[in-house]
Amino acid sequence: MGLSKIWIYGEAREGVVATTTLELLAKARSLADTVDVVVQGDASPLAADLGAHGASSVLSVGDLGEGLPGPRVASAIAGAVSTGTGPDVVLCGTTYDGRDVAGRLSAKLDAPVITNVVDLVVDGDRLLGVEPVFGGTTDVTTGFTGAGTAIFLVRPKSFAAEDAGGAPATVGAIETGDLGNTAGAVVKNRFVEESSGPKLDEASIVVAGGRGIGDAEKYEMIETLATLLKGAPGASRAVVDSGWVPYSYQVGQTGKVVKPAVYLACGISGATQHLVGMKGSQNIIAINKDEEAPIFGVADLGIVGDVHKVLPKLIEALKAR
Amino acid sequence: MIVVVCVKQIPDPADPGALDPETRTLKRDVKLILDESDSYGVEMGLQLVDAAGEGEVRLVSMVPNNEVSGLRTALAMGAESAVLVSDEALAGSDALATAKVLAAAIRRCEPDLILTGTESSDGYTGTVPVQVAELMGLPSVTFAKEIAVADGVATVKRQTEDGYDEIECSLPAVVSVTAGVVEPRYPSFKGIMAAKNKPVDEVDLAGLGIDSSTVGWAGAGQEITDIAEAPAREAGEVIIDEGDAHERIMAFLDDLKVL
Repeated sequence: MGLSKIWIYGEAREGVVATTTLELLAKARSLADTVDVVVQGDASPLAADLGAHGASSVLSVGDLGEGLPGPRVASAIAGAVSTGTGPDVVLCGTTYDGRDVAGRLSAKLDAPVITNVVDLVVDGDRLLGVEPVFGGTTDVTTGFTGAGTAIFLVRPKSFAAEDAGGAPATVGAIETGDLGNTAGAVVKNRFVEESSGPKLDEASIVVAGGRGIGDAEKYEMIETLATLLKGAPGASRAVVDSGWVPYSYQVGQTGKVVKPAVYLACGISGATQHLVGMKGSQNIIAINKDEEAPIFGVADLGIVGDVHKVLPKLIEALKAR
Repeated sequence: MIVVVCVKQIPDPADPGALDPETRTLKRDVKLILDESDSYGVEMGLQLVDAAGEGEVRLVSMVPNNEVSGLRTALAMGAESAVLVSDEALAGSDALATAKVLAAAIRRCEPDLILTGTESSDGYTGTVPVQVAELMGLPSVTFAKEIAVADGVATVKRQTEDGYDEIECSLPAVVSVTAGVVEPRYPSFKGIMAAKNKPVDEVDLAGLGIDSSTVGWAGAGQEITDIAEAPAREAGEVIIDEGDAHERIMAFLDDLKVL
Protein backbone atom coordinates (compact mmCIF):
# COMPACT_ATOMS: atom_id res chain seq x y z
CA MET A 1 0.00 0.00 0.00
CA GLY A 2 1.28 3.41 -0.92
CA LEU A 3 -0.11 6.71 0.08
CA SER A 4 -0.56 8.38 -3.25
CA LYS A 5 -4.34 8.59 -3.21
CA ILE A 6 -6.82 9.09 -0.36
CA TRP A 7 -10.58 9.20 -0.82
CA ILE A 8 -12.84 10.77 1.77
CA TYR A 9 -16.55 10.06 2.06
CA GLY A 10 -17.83 13.62 2.02
CA GLU A 11 -20.97 14.65 3.82
CA ALA A 12 -22.93 17.83 3.23
CA ARG A 13 -26.22 19.32 4.29
CA GLU A 14 -28.19 21.74 2.16
CA GLY A 15 -25.19 22.39 -0.05
CA VAL A 16 -22.80 23.06 2.84
CA VAL A 17 -19.89 20.70 3.47
CA ALA A 18 -19.99 19.08 6.94
CA THR A 19 -17.24 20.14 9.34
CA THR A 20 -16.26 16.49 9.81
CA THR A 21 -15.41 16.25 6.11
CA LEU A 22 -13.29 19.42 6.25
CA GLU A 23 -11.45 18.01 9.28
CA LEU A 24 -10.63 14.83 7.36
CA LEU A 25 -9.42 16.92 4.41
CA ALA A 26 -7.07 18.92 6.64
CA LYS A 27 -5.32 15.73 7.73
CA ALA A 28 -5.51 13.85 4.43
CA ARG A 29 -3.87 16.63 2.40
CA SER A 30 -0.80 16.37 4.65
CA LEU A 31 -0.58 12.62 4.03
CA ALA A 32 -1.16 12.01 0.32
CA ASP A 33 -0.45 13.54 -3.07
CA THR A 34 -4.06 13.37 -4.17
CA VAL A 35 -7.15 13.67 -2.01
CA ASP A 36 -10.57 13.22 -3.61
CA VAL A 37 -13.97 13.44 -1.99
CA VAL A 38 -16.84 11.10 -2.84
CA VAL A 39 -20.28 12.60 -2.36
CA GLN A 40 -23.89 11.90 -3.21
CA GLY A 41 -26.11 14.26 -5.19
CA ASP A 42 -25.02 17.47 -6.88
CA ALA A 43 -21.28 17.95 -6.35
CA SER A 44 -20.86 21.38 -7.96
CA PRO A 45 -22.02 23.54 -5.02
CA LEU A 46 -19.42 21.77 -2.86
CA ALA A 47 -16.44 22.06 -5.24
CA ALA A 48 -15.17 25.47 -4.11
CA ASP A 49 -15.18 24.68 -0.40
CA LEU A 50 -13.76 21.17 -0.82
CA GLY A 51 -11.03 22.49 -3.15
CA ALA A 52 -10.12 25.27 -0.73
CA HIS A 53 -9.61 22.62 1.94
CA GLY A 54 -7.35 20.50 -0.22
CA ALA A 55 -9.50 18.25 -2.39
CA SER A 56 -8.30 17.69 -5.98
CA SER A 57 -11.64 16.46 -7.19
CA VAL A 58 -15.14 15.76 -5.97
CA LEU A 59 -16.78 12.65 -7.35
CA SER A 60 -20.53 12.15 -7.16
CA VAL A 61 -22.21 8.76 -7.03
CA GLY A 62 -25.32 10.45 -8.37
CA ASP A 63 -28.65 11.36 -6.87
CA LEU A 64 -29.70 8.99 -4.09
CA GLY A 65 -33.37 9.71 -4.56
CA GLU A 66 -34.99 8.27 -1.46
CA GLY A 67 -32.14 5.81 -0.89
CA LEU A 68 -29.65 5.72 1.96
CA PRO A 69 -26.01 6.59 1.17
CA GLY A 70 -24.35 3.39 2.46
CA PRO A 71 -25.04 0.86 -0.32
CA ARG A 72 -24.58 3.27 -3.21
CA VAL A 73 -21.41 5.01 -2.02
CA ALA A 74 -19.79 1.72 -1.00
CA SER A 75 -20.69 0.18 -4.36
CA ALA A 76 -19.13 3.11 -6.23
CA ILE A 77 -15.88 3.02 -4.28
CA ALA A 78 -15.63 -0.77 -4.51
CA GLY A 79 -16.23 -0.50 -8.25
CA ALA A 80 -13.36 1.95 -8.63
CA VAL A 81 -11.08 -0.32 -6.60
CA SER A 82 -11.93 -3.30 -8.81
CA THR A 83 -11.02 -1.39 -11.97
CA GLY A 84 -7.75 -0.12 -10.50
CA THR A 85 -8.84 3.53 -10.30
CA GLY A 86 -9.62 3.41 -6.60
CA PRO A 87 -7.75 4.89 -3.68
CA ASP A 88 -5.12 3.44 -1.34
CA VAL A 89 -6.97 4.75 1.69
CA VAL A 90 -10.64 5.55 2.39
CA LEU A 91 -11.50 7.85 5.29
CA CYS A 92 -15.02 8.10 6.68
CA GLY A 93 -16.15 10.14 9.66
CA THR A 94 -17.71 8.24 12.57
CA THR A 95 -21.17 9.55 11.71
CA TYR A 96 -24.53 7.89 11.10
CA ASP A 97 -23.87 7.54 7.37
CA GLY A 98 -20.07 7.27 7.54
CA ARG A 99 -20.31 4.02 9.46
CA ASP A 100 -22.77 2.61 6.93
CA VAL A 101 -20.41 3.42 4.07
CA ALA A 102 -17.33 2.00 5.83
CA GLY A 103 -19.08 -1.18 6.94
CA ARG A 104 -20.53 -1.96 3.52
CA LEU A 105 -17.28 -1.13 1.76
CA SER A 106 -15.38 -3.38 4.16
CA ALA A 107 -17.60 -6.36 3.34
CA LYS A 108 -17.43 -5.65 -0.40
CA LEU A 109 -13.64 -5.42 -0.47
CA ASP A 110 -13.10 -8.11 2.18
CA ALA A 111 -10.94 -5.54 3.99
CA PRO A 112 -11.17 -4.72 7.69
CA VAL A 113 -11.93 -1.26 9.06
CA ILE A 114 -9.85 0.46 11.71
CA THR A 115 -12.43 2.26 13.84
CA ASN A 116 -12.67 5.05 16.43
CA VAL A 117 -9.51 6.64 15.09
CA VAL A 118 -8.44 10.00 16.55
CA ASP A 119 -5.10 10.30 14.75
CA LEU A 120 -3.46 8.97 11.61
CA VAL A 121 0.27 8.26 11.50
CA VAL A 122 2.48 7.42 8.53
CA ASP A 123 4.52 4.25 8.96
CA GLY A 124 6.70 3.68 5.88
CA ASP A 125 4.26 3.21 3.02
CA ARG A 126 1.25 2.51 5.17
CA LEU A 127 -1.04 4.48 7.44
CA LEU A 128 -1.71 3.63 11.09
CA GLY A 129 -4.76 4.61 13.14
CA VAL A 130 -4.60 5.66 16.78
CA GLU A 131 -7.58 4.69 18.92
CA PRO A 132 -8.05 5.75 22.55
CA VAL A 133 -9.21 3.00 24.93
CA PHE A 134 -10.00 2.81 28.65
CA GLY A 135 -11.39 6.31 28.75
CA GLY A 136 -8.54 7.79 26.78
CA THR A 137 -5.85 6.71 29.24
CA THR A 138 -4.29 4.39 26.67
CA ASP A 139 -3.67 4.88 22.95
CA VAL A 140 -3.69 1.80 20.74
CA THR A 141 -2.09 2.11 17.31
CA THR A 142 -3.23 -0.28 14.61
CA GLY A 143 -2.20 -0.91 11.01
CA PHE A 144 -3.39 -3.15 8.19
CA THR A 145 -1.38 -6.23 7.35
CA GLY A 146 -2.82 -6.75 3.89
CA ALA A 147 -2.13 -4.90 0.66
CA GLY A 148 -5.75 -3.93 0.00
CA THR A 149 -7.58 -0.67 0.45
CA ALA A 150 -7.19 0.69 3.97
CA ILE A 151 -10.49 1.87 5.48
CA PHE A 152 -10.50 4.11 8.54
CA LEU A 153 -13.44 5.45 10.55
CA VAL A 154 -12.27 8.69 12.13
CA ARG A 155 -14.00 10.33 15.06
CA PRO A 156 -15.23 13.89 14.55
CA LYS A 157 -13.06 16.69 16.02
CA SER A 158 -9.88 14.64 15.68
CA PHE A 159 -8.34 17.27 13.41
CA ALA A 160 -8.89 21.00 12.97
CA ALA A 161 -10.53 22.04 9.71
CA GLU A 162 -8.43 24.64 7.92
CA ASP A 163 -8.81 26.44 4.62
CA ALA A 164 -5.64 25.84 2.58
CA GLY A 165 -6.58 28.27 -0.17
CA GLY A 166 -6.76 25.59 -2.87
CA ALA A 167 -8.49 26.00 -6.22
CA PRO A 168 -12.02 24.61 -6.62
CA ALA A 169 -12.09 20.82 -6.88
CA THR A 170 -12.72 19.26 -10.28
CA VAL A 171 -16.22 17.84 -10.47
CA GLY A 172 -16.60 14.28 -11.68
CA ALA A 173 -18.77 11.21 -11.31
CA ILE A 174 -18.30 7.57 -10.42
CA GLU A 175 -20.42 4.64 -11.43
CA THR A 176 -22.29 2.46 -9.02
CA GLY A 177 -22.97 -1.22 -9.60
CA ASP A 178 -26.23 -3.11 -9.21
CA LEU A 179 -27.35 -2.61 -5.61
CA GLY A 180 -29.86 -5.45 -5.60
CA ASN A 181 -31.74 -5.88 -2.33
CA THR A 182 -29.26 -3.73 -0.44
CA ALA A 183 -31.10 -0.66 -1.74
CA GLY A 184 -34.34 -1.85 -0.12
CA ALA A 185 -34.40 0.89 2.52
CA VAL A 186 -35.95 4.20 1.42
CA VAL A 187 -36.48 7.46 3.27
CA LYS A 188 -40.17 8.38 3.33
CA ASN A 189 -40.06 11.42 5.60
CA ARG A 190 -37.48 13.53 7.37
CA PHE A 191 -38.27 15.07 10.73
CA VAL A 192 -36.19 17.84 12.23
CA GLU A 193 -36.45 18.20 15.99
CA GLU A 194 -36.18 21.90 16.63
CA SER A 195 -33.82 22.96 19.34
CA SER A 196 -33.39 26.60 20.15
CA GLY A 197 -29.77 26.63 21.34
CA PRO A 198 -26.48 25.68 19.71
CA LYS A 199 -25.78 22.11 18.64
CA LEU A 200 -24.13 19.84 21.18
CA ASP A 201 -20.93 19.32 19.22
CA GLU A 202 -20.62 23.00 18.26
CA ALA A 203 -21.61 24.73 21.51
CA SER A 204 -18.96 26.67 23.41
CA ILE A 205 -20.57 25.64 26.70
CA VAL A 206 -21.96 22.17 27.38
CA VAL A 207 -23.97 21.30 30.49
CA ALA A 208 -24.21 17.55 30.90
CA GLY A 209 -26.25 15.49 33.32
CA GLY A 210 -25.58 11.99 34.61
CA ARG A 211 -27.27 9.39 36.72
CA GLY A 212 -26.75 11.57 39.81
CA ILE A 213 -29.47 13.91 38.51
CA GLY A 214 -31.91 11.34 39.84
CA ASP A 215 -34.75 11.13 37.35
CA ALA A 216 -36.03 12.33 34.00
CA GLU A 217 -37.97 15.29 35.43
CA LYS A 218 -34.97 16.66 37.28
CA TYR A 219 -33.00 16.60 34.02
CA GLU A 220 -34.89 19.84 33.30
CA MET A 221 -32.33 21.61 35.53
CA ILE A 222 -29.70 20.72 32.92
CA GLU A 223 -31.81 22.17 30.10
CA THR A 224 -32.44 25.35 32.10
CA LEU A 225 -28.76 25.79 32.89
CA ALA A 226 -27.79 25.20 29.27
CA THR A 227 -30.27 27.83 28.12
CA LEU A 228 -29.05 30.37 30.69
CA LEU A 229 -25.44 29.78 29.62
CA LYS A 230 -26.35 29.85 25.91
CA GLY A 231 -24.92 26.36 25.71
CA ALA A 232 -26.15 22.91 24.81
CA PRO A 233 -27.45 20.19 27.13
CA GLY A 234 -25.74 16.81 27.06
CA ALA A 235 -25.97 13.52 28.91
CA SER A 236 -24.03 10.48 29.97
CA ARG A 237 -24.78 7.08 28.51
CA ALA A 238 -26.58 6.00 31.69
CA VAL A 239 -29.08 8.81 31.26
CA VAL A 240 -29.64 8.03 27.58
CA ASP A 241 -29.97 4.30 28.26
CA SER A 242 -32.59 5.12 30.88
CA GLY A 243 -34.58 6.91 28.19
CA TRP A 244 -34.59 10.33 29.90
CA VAL A 245 -33.22 12.06 26.81
CA PRO A 246 -32.64 10.90 23.22
CA TYR A 247 -29.41 9.36 21.93
CA SER A 248 -28.50 12.64 20.23
CA TYR A 249 -27.72 14.07 23.71
CA GLN A 250 -25.10 11.46 24.47
CA VAL A 251 -21.50 12.53 25.09
CA GLY A 252 -18.86 9.82 25.12
CA GLN A 253 -17.36 6.88 23.36
CA THR A 254 -20.68 5.81 21.90
CA GLY A 255 -22.01 9.33 21.52
CA LYS A 256 -20.63 12.69 20.51
CA VAL A 257 -17.15 14.05 21.07
CA VAL A 258 -17.31 17.59 22.42
CA LYS A 259 -14.53 20.10 22.98
CA PRO A 260 -16.27 23.22 24.31
CA ALA A 261 -14.66 26.12 26.16
CA VAL A 262 -16.51 24.98 29.29
CA TYR A 263 -17.91 21.56 30.14
CA LEU A 264 -20.09 21.41 33.23
CA ALA A 265 -20.54 17.80 34.36
CA CYS A 266 -23.42 17.39 36.81
CA GLY A 267 -23.93 14.13 38.66
CA ILE A 268 -21.60 12.35 36.24
CA SER A 269 -19.13 9.96 37.83
CA GLY A 270 -16.85 9.91 34.81
CA ALA A 271 -16.98 6.38 33.46
CA THR A 272 -14.24 5.77 30.90
CA GLN A 273 -16.97 5.65 28.26
CA HIS A 274 -17.87 9.26 29.08
CA LEU A 275 -14.38 10.70 29.58
CA VAL A 276 -13.35 9.90 26.00
CA GLY A 277 -16.06 12.20 24.71
CA MET A 278 -15.30 15.28 26.81
CA LYS A 279 -11.71 15.14 28.04
CA GLY A 280 -10.63 17.51 25.29
CA SER A 281 -12.78 20.34 26.69
CA GLN A 282 -10.79 23.49 27.48
CA ASN A 283 -12.22 23.84 30.99
CA ILE A 284 -14.08 21.24 33.00
CA ILE A 285 -16.25 21.86 36.04
CA ALA A 286 -17.62 18.79 37.81
CA ILE A 287 -20.21 18.45 40.55
CA ASN A 288 -20.56 15.04 42.17
CA LYS A 289 -21.44 13.64 45.58
CA ASP A 290 -18.67 11.06 45.54
CA GLU A 291 -15.26 12.61 46.13
CA GLU A 292 -13.67 9.49 44.65
CA ALA A 293 -15.50 9.94 41.32
CA PRO A 294 -13.08 9.68 38.38
CA ILE A 295 -14.53 12.87 36.85
CA PHE A 296 -12.55 14.86 39.46
CA GLY A 297 -9.36 13.50 37.92
CA VAL A 298 -9.95 15.63 34.82
CA ALA A 299 -11.84 18.59 36.32
CA ASP A 300 -10.29 22.06 36.61
CA LEU A 301 -12.85 22.87 39.28
CA GLY A 302 -14.33 19.96 41.19
CA ILE A 303 -17.25 20.41 43.59
CA VAL A 304 -17.93 17.58 46.01
CA GLY A 305 -21.59 18.21 46.63
CA ASP A 306 -25.21 17.44 45.83
CA VAL A 307 -26.33 18.59 42.37
CA HIS A 308 -29.83 19.09 43.78
CA LYS A 309 -28.46 21.73 46.14
CA VAL A 310 -25.79 23.35 43.94
CA LEU A 311 -27.66 23.58 40.63
CA PRO A 312 -30.78 25.45 41.85
CA LYS A 313 -28.55 28.10 43.45
CA LEU A 314 -26.44 28.32 40.31
CA ILE A 315 -29.59 28.76 38.22
CA GLU A 316 -30.74 31.59 40.54
CA ALA A 317 -27.34 33.26 40.37
CA LEU A 318 -27.35 33.13 36.56
CA LYS A 319 -30.89 34.48 36.38
CA ALA A 320 -29.82 37.41 38.58
CA ARG A 321 -27.21 38.47 36.01
CA MET B 1 -42.33 -13.84 12.08
CA ILE B 2 -38.83 -14.99 12.89
CA VAL B 3 -36.71 -12.25 14.42
CA VAL B 4 -33.03 -13.02 14.86
CA VAL B 5 -31.27 -10.89 17.45
CA CYS B 6 -27.47 -10.83 17.44
CA VAL B 7 -26.13 -10.69 20.98
CA LYS B 8 -22.63 -10.46 22.37
CA GLN B 9 -21.35 -11.80 25.66
CA ILE B 10 -18.75 -9.43 27.04
CA PRO B 11 -16.65 -8.91 30.17
CA ASP B 12 -18.65 -6.89 32.72
CA PRO B 13 -18.02 -3.22 31.78
CA ALA B 14 -18.32 -2.34 35.48
CA ASP B 15 -15.03 -4.14 36.11
CA PRO B 16 -11.95 -2.28 35.02
CA GLY B 17 -10.74 -3.88 31.78
CA ALA B 18 -7.16 -4.72 30.96
CA LEU B 19 -5.19 -5.53 27.84
CA ASP B 20 -3.61 -8.94 27.56
CA PRO B 21 0.12 -8.17 27.13
CA GLU B 22 0.55 -11.10 24.77
CA THR B 23 -2.36 -10.58 22.38
CA ARG B 24 -2.66 -6.83 23.05
CA THR B 25 -6.44 -7.12 23.05
CA LEU B 26 -9.04 -6.92 25.81
CA LYS B 27 -8.75 -9.73 28.37
CA ARG B 28 -11.80 -11.92 28.02
CA ASP B 29 -10.91 -14.78 30.35
CA VAL B 30 -13.34 -13.37 32.91
CA LYS B 31 -17.03 -14.03 33.49
CA LEU B 32 -19.01 -12.89 30.48
CA ILE B 33 -22.41 -11.20 30.64
CA LEU B 34 -25.00 -10.13 28.07
CA ASP B 35 -23.94 -6.79 26.58
CA GLU B 36 -26.51 -4.29 27.83
CA SER B 37 -26.53 -2.69 24.35
CA ASP B 38 -27.97 -5.94 23.01
CA SER B 39 -30.76 -6.13 25.57
CA TYR B 40 -32.54 -3.37 23.62
CA GLY B 41 -32.52 -5.51 20.47
CA VAL B 42 -33.86 -8.48 22.42
CA GLU B 43 -36.65 -6.35 23.91
CA MET B 44 -37.49 -4.81 20.53
CA GLY B 45 -37.62 -8.28 18.96
CA LEU B 46 -39.95 -9.59 21.68
CA GLN B 47 -42.25 -6.60 21.25
CA LEU B 48 -42.40 -7.06 17.46
CA VAL B 49 -43.23 -10.75 17.81
CA ASP B 50 -45.93 -9.84 20.34
CA ALA B 51 -47.35 -7.25 17.96
CA ALA B 52 -47.31 -9.74 15.06
CA GLY B 53 -49.16 -12.26 17.19
CA GLU B 54 -46.97 -15.08 15.90
CA GLY B 55 -43.35 -16.07 15.52
CA GLU B 56 -40.37 -16.02 17.85
CA VAL B 57 -37.06 -14.43 18.72
CA ARG B 58 -33.94 -16.47 18.01
CA LEU B 59 -30.53 -15.44 19.25
CA VAL B 60 -27.25 -15.65 17.38
CA SER B 61 -23.94 -15.24 19.18
CA MET B 62 -20.32 -16.29 18.94
CA VAL B 63 -17.58 -17.03 21.47
CA PRO B 64 -14.20 -18.79 21.47
CA ASN B 65 -15.29 -20.93 24.44
CA ASN B 66 -18.75 -22.36 25.04
CA GLU B 67 -19.86 -19.56 27.38
CA VAL B 68 -23.65 -19.28 27.59
CA SER B 69 -24.41 -17.19 30.69
CA GLY B 70 -25.19 -14.06 28.68
CA LEU B 71 -27.35 -16.06 26.28
CA ARG B 72 -29.32 -17.47 29.20
CA THR B 73 -30.15 -13.91 30.26
CA ALA B 74 -31.64 -13.17 26.84
CA LEU B 75 -33.45 -16.50 26.77
CA ALA B 76 -34.87 -15.69 30.22
CA MET B 77 -36.20 -12.42 28.79
CA GLY B 78 -38.23 -14.46 26.32
CA ALA B 79 -36.16 -15.49 23.31
CA GLU B 80 -37.05 -19.04 22.22
CA SER B 81 -33.73 -20.48 21.13
CA ALA B 82 -30.14 -19.64 20.29
CA VAL B 83 -27.45 -20.52 17.80
CA LEU B 84 -24.06 -20.26 19.48
CA VAL B 85 -21.02 -20.40 17.26
CA SER B 86 -18.30 -21.64 19.56
CA ASP B 87 -14.79 -22.33 18.34
CA GLU B 88 -11.34 -21.66 19.79
CA ALA B 89 -10.26 -20.32 16.41
CA LEU B 90 -12.65 -17.37 16.87
CA ALA B 91 -10.39 -15.72 19.46
CA GLY B 92 -8.97 -12.47 18.06
CA SER B 93 -11.64 -12.06 15.38
CA ASP B 94 -12.04 -8.52 14.05
CA ALA B 95 -15.39 -6.97 13.15
CA LEU B 96 -15.41 -8.27 9.57
CA ALA B 97 -14.61 -11.85 10.63
CA THR B 98 -17.32 -11.55 13.28
CA ALA B 99 -19.79 -10.42 10.65
CA LYS B 100 -18.89 -13.38 8.40
CA VAL B 101 -19.52 -15.86 11.20
CA LEU B 102 -22.74 -14.18 12.32
CA ALA B 103 -24.03 -14.00 8.73
CA ALA B 104 -23.47 -17.74 8.29
CA ALA B 105 -25.24 -18.50 11.56
CA ILE B 106 -28.13 -16.12 10.79
CA ARG B 107 -28.77 -17.87 7.45
CA ARG B 108 -29.55 -21.07 9.37
CA CYS B 109 -32.40 -19.27 11.14
CA GLU B 110 -34.16 -18.03 7.97
CA PRO B 111 -35.21 -14.77 9.62
CA ASP B 112 -37.67 -12.13 8.48
CA LEU B 113 -35.80 -9.49 10.43
CA ILE B 114 -32.33 -9.29 12.01
CA LEU B 115 -31.84 -6.97 14.97
CA THR B 116 -28.54 -5.89 16.52
CA GLY B 117 -27.30 -3.29 18.96
CA THR B 118 -25.70 -0.16 17.54
CA GLU B 119 -22.28 -1.20 18.79
CA SER B 120 -20.90 -3.47 21.47
CA SER B 121 -19.82 -2.03 24.81
CA ASP B 122 -16.35 -3.59 24.65
CA GLY B 123 -15.15 -3.26 21.06
CA TYR B 124 -17.56 -0.52 19.89
CA THR B 125 -16.59 -0.64 16.22
CA GLY B 126 -20.23 -0.17 15.23
CA THR B 127 -19.60 -1.74 11.82
CA VAL B 128 -20.81 -5.32 12.35
CA PRO B 129 -24.54 -4.74 11.60
CA VAL B 130 -23.83 -3.20 8.21
CA GLN B 131 -21.12 -5.74 7.38
CA VAL B 132 -23.60 -8.54 8.11
CA ALA B 133 -26.17 -6.85 5.86
CA GLU B 134 -23.71 -6.46 2.99
CA LEU B 135 -22.46 -10.03 3.29
CA MET B 136 -26.05 -11.27 3.16
CA GLY B 137 -27.01 -8.87 0.36
CA LEU B 138 -29.67 -7.25 2.53
CA PRO B 139 -30.80 -3.68 3.18
CA SER B 140 -29.96 -2.17 6.56
CA VAL B 141 -31.19 0.63 8.75
CA THR B 142 -28.85 1.71 11.52
CA PHE B 143 -29.61 3.77 14.65
CA ALA B 144 -33.26 2.75 14.84
CA LYS B 145 -35.31 4.26 17.64
CA GLU B 146 -38.65 2.74 16.62
CA ILE B 147 -39.60 -0.24 14.45
CA ALA B 148 -42.96 -1.45 13.20
CA VAL B 149 -43.52 -4.37 10.83
CA ALA B 150 -46.55 -4.82 8.59
CA ASP B 151 -47.10 -6.65 5.30
CA GLY B 152 -43.47 -7.65 4.88
CA VAL B 153 -42.21 -4.09 5.27
CA ALA B 154 -40.43 -2.56 8.25
CA THR B 155 -41.07 1.08 9.05
CA VAL B 156 -38.16 2.44 11.03
CA LYS B 157 -37.48 5.76 12.67
CA ARG B 158 -33.77 6.31 12.21
CA GLN B 159 -31.89 8.78 14.41
CA THR B 160 -30.22 11.60 12.42
CA GLU B 161 -28.03 14.57 13.36
CA ASP B 162 -31.02 16.84 13.95
CA GLY B 163 -34.02 14.58 14.30
CA TYR B 164 -35.04 11.37 12.63
CA ASP B 165 -35.88 9.88 9.23
CA GLU B 166 -38.85 7.64 8.69
CA ILE B 167 -37.61 4.76 6.57
CA GLU B 168 -39.44 1.95 4.84
CA CYS B 169 -37.44 -1.18 4.36
CA SER B 170 -38.15 -4.42 2.55
CA LEU B 171 -37.63 -7.61 4.56
CA PRO B 172 -35.51 -9.45 5.39
CA ALA B 173 -33.32 -6.63 6.62
CA VAL B 174 -30.77 -5.81 9.30
CA VAL B 175 -31.81 -3.10 11.75
CA SER B 176 -29.52 -1.83 14.51
CA VAL B 177 -31.29 -0.54 17.59
CA THR B 178 -30.16 2.51 19.55
CA ALA B 179 -29.79 2.06 23.32
CA GLY B 180 -32.49 3.47 25.58
CA VAL B 181 -35.36 3.38 23.07
CA VAL B 182 -37.20 0.54 24.80
CA GLU B 183 -37.03 -0.66 28.37
CA PRO B 184 -35.53 -4.15 28.44
CA ARG B 185 -37.69 -6.38 30.63
CA TYR B 186 -36.19 -8.04 33.68
CA PRO B 187 -36.24 -11.80 33.39
CA SER B 188 -38.96 -13.23 35.64
CA PHE B 189 -38.26 -16.20 37.89
CA LYS B 190 -40.39 -18.30 35.55
CA GLY B 191 -38.38 -16.98 32.60
CA ILE B 192 -35.08 -17.81 34.27
CA MET B 193 -36.24 -21.36 35.00
CA ALA B 194 -37.60 -21.82 31.48
CA ALA B 195 -34.34 -20.51 29.97
CA LYS B 196 -32.42 -23.44 31.40
CA ASN B 197 -34.28 -25.80 29.08
CA LYS B 198 -34.42 -23.67 25.96
CA PRO B 199 -32.41 -25.04 23.03
CA VAL B 200 -28.93 -23.64 22.42
CA ASP B 201 -27.66 -25.03 19.15
CA GLU B 202 -23.88 -25.04 19.52
CA VAL B 203 -22.02 -25.13 16.24
CA ASP B 204 -18.33 -24.81 15.35
CA LEU B 205 -16.73 -23.16 12.32
CA ALA B 206 -16.55 -26.40 10.38
CA GLY B 207 -20.26 -26.88 11.01
CA LEU B 208 -20.90 -23.50 9.37
CA GLY B 209 -18.55 -24.26 6.49
CA ILE B 210 -16.14 -21.49 7.48
CA ASP B 211 -12.40 -21.97 7.05
CA SER B 212 -10.87 -21.25 10.47
CA SER B 213 -7.88 -19.54 8.86
CA THR B 214 -10.19 -16.70 7.70
CA VAL B 215 -11.23 -15.68 11.23
CA GLY B 216 -9.61 -15.10 14.62
CA TRP B 217 -5.95 -14.23 14.93
CA ALA B 218 -5.21 -16.15 11.74
CA GLY B 219 -7.62 -14.13 9.63
CA ALA B 220 -7.12 -10.69 11.16
CA GLY B 221 -6.17 -8.17 8.52
CA GLN B 222 -4.90 -5.71 11.08
CA GLU B 223 -2.22 -5.66 13.74
CA ILE B 224 -1.61 -3.54 16.81
CA THR B 225 1.73 -1.83 16.39
CA ASP B 226 1.87 0.16 19.60
CA ILE B 227 0.17 0.64 22.96
CA ALA B 228 1.07 3.79 24.86
CA GLU B 229 -0.16 5.73 27.83
CA ALA B 230 -2.06 8.78 26.63
CA PRO B 231 -1.01 12.20 27.91
CA ALA B 232 -2.94 12.71 31.14
CA ARG B 233 -5.04 15.76 31.83
CA GLU B 234 -4.11 17.37 35.11
CA ALA B 235 -6.73 17.58 37.80
CA GLY B 236 -7.42 21.03 39.22
CA GLU B 237 -8.87 22.14 42.49
CA VAL B 238 -11.48 20.04 44.28
CA ILE B 239 -13.60 21.72 46.98
CA ILE B 240 -16.36 20.48 49.25
CA ASP B 241 -19.66 22.30 48.89
CA GLU B 242 -20.41 24.34 52.02
CA GLY B 243 -23.50 25.89 50.47
CA ASP B 244 -21.54 28.39 48.40
CA ALA B 245 -20.24 26.20 45.56
CA HIS B 246 -22.42 28.06 43.05
CA GLU B 247 -20.45 31.22 43.83
CA ARG B 248 -17.21 29.42 43.02
CA ILE B 249 -18.67 28.26 39.72
CA MET B 250 -19.84 31.79 38.89
CA ALA B 251 -16.37 33.16 39.71
CA PHE B 252 -14.77 30.45 37.55
CA LEU B 253 -17.06 31.33 34.63
CA ASP B 254 -16.43 35.05 35.17
CA ASP B 255 -12.68 34.49 34.98
CA LEU B 256 -13.18 32.72 31.67
CA LYS B 257 -15.34 35.64 30.47
CA VAL B 258 -18.03 33.31 29.18
CA LEU B 259 -20.95 34.91 31.02
